[in-house]
Amino acid sequence: MELIINGESIQLPDSVKTVSDLLSHFRLNHKIAIVEVNLNIIQKQEYETTTLCNGDKVEIVHFVGGG
Amino acid sequence: MNERYSRQQLFAPIGKDGQEKISKKHVLLIGAGALGTGNAEALVRAGIGKLTIIDRDYVEWSNLQRQQLYSEEDAKERLPKAIAAKQRLEQINSDVTVAAIVGDATAQELETIVKEQHPNLLIDATDNFETRMIINDVSNKYRIPWIYGACVGSYGISYAFVPGKTPCLHCLLETVPVGGLTCDTAGIISPAVQMVVAYQVAEALKILVEDWQSLRNKLVSFDLWKNQHVAIRVDQVKKDDCPSCGTHPTYPYLSYDMQTKTAVLCGRNSVQIRPAAKREYDLRELAQLFSKQGLQVETNPYLVSVSLGEHRLVVFQDGRALVHGTKDIQEAKTLYYRYLG
Repeated sequence: MELIINGESIQLPDSVKTVSDLLSHFRLNHKIAIVEVNLNIIQKQEYETTTLCNGDKVEIVHFVGGG
Repeated sequence: MNERYSRQQLFAPIGKDGQEKISKKHVLLIGAGALGTGNAEALVRAGIGKLTIIDRDYVEWSNLQRQQLYSEEDAKERLPKAIAAKQRLEQINSDVTVAAIVGDATAQELETIVKEQHPNLLIDATDNFETRMIINDVSNKYRIPWIYGACVGSYGISYAFVPGKTPCLHCLLETVPVGGLTCDTAGIISPAVQMVVAYQVAEALKILVEDWQSLRNKLVSFDLWKNQHVAIRVDQVKKDDCPSCGTHPTYPYLSYDMQTKTAVLCGRNSVQIRPAAKREYDLRELAQLFSKQGLQVETNPYLVSVSLGEHRLVVFQDGRALVHGTKDIQEAKTLYYRYLG
């Protein structure tokens, strides 16, 4: 599947089906992130049930603490 | 007024009126590290009325690569950052009143400053989420906007929180993130700092001239090495039942139970630190993170022990830590947040 992630076209393995899979793929699953799919913010409790489709526009912002 | 602010006044959205407003405003800056010194210099040059800086740390050599107000002399003298920053800022613009507080930005301390001095804006330049949750509650309780900024490596993030208008940090995070990467574990490059500072100061100027309509209203993040830039509208994340900004707020991070507790362990030259919110560390992952930086790490199923020069940091799974080699609570906290975020 190909997704537009943070403005870039990225090819993902077939094992990535949900938002939760996507965050694991990028090793962001332990971080607090805001995920937007096609301009809708996905609630955390919906990460596992929200499936992604070819061409979806995904924006991921994760929180960091340094300063 | 002389020519000092002429170019800023020529910028139409600020103008003479805006400059007049800026000159009467008081900003409370929490933290005087990389983001803190960047914000402080920009705001003092812009001619705000008063800047209050609170910071518990002192200047070290490893700060000089990016903490723009400090000199080698400050590092040699181990000058407290708030003091070193004040001295430099007064050289830059003597019209601005700069107040320095060498101390910990606890809930009590921040509430006292806000109640007594009514700053117009709070700027976050801290290095941990516990203090940010306190800033967030203070902001909502006293209806003062605050600007979040953070960076690690080549990545940065920022958002301007306005009570009653935007969601708050508590809405966005739900829980306090367990720190993983910090500037002391993943490094930091100065352009990432400067980019976050630019986002923070731009929103600060809009707030100080009361141009509320021009606020960005988006959570912005970037990675200068991966060449990415993202902005997300987060309005829909605002929660009516949020304990910090909802309809019946309790401001949980201002209560004693939710604060980081410290205790000096008598006769052991050690300080115990118990974080406000319970953390759950994957100890194996934590040990790897430390050893990747060449630090000497020992571990067992219950704790990770890491040697840091004359200090040793022992972290338990729930986030409780012992800092050995000091009786100084501030020094212990500094090390804790530096390595655990």
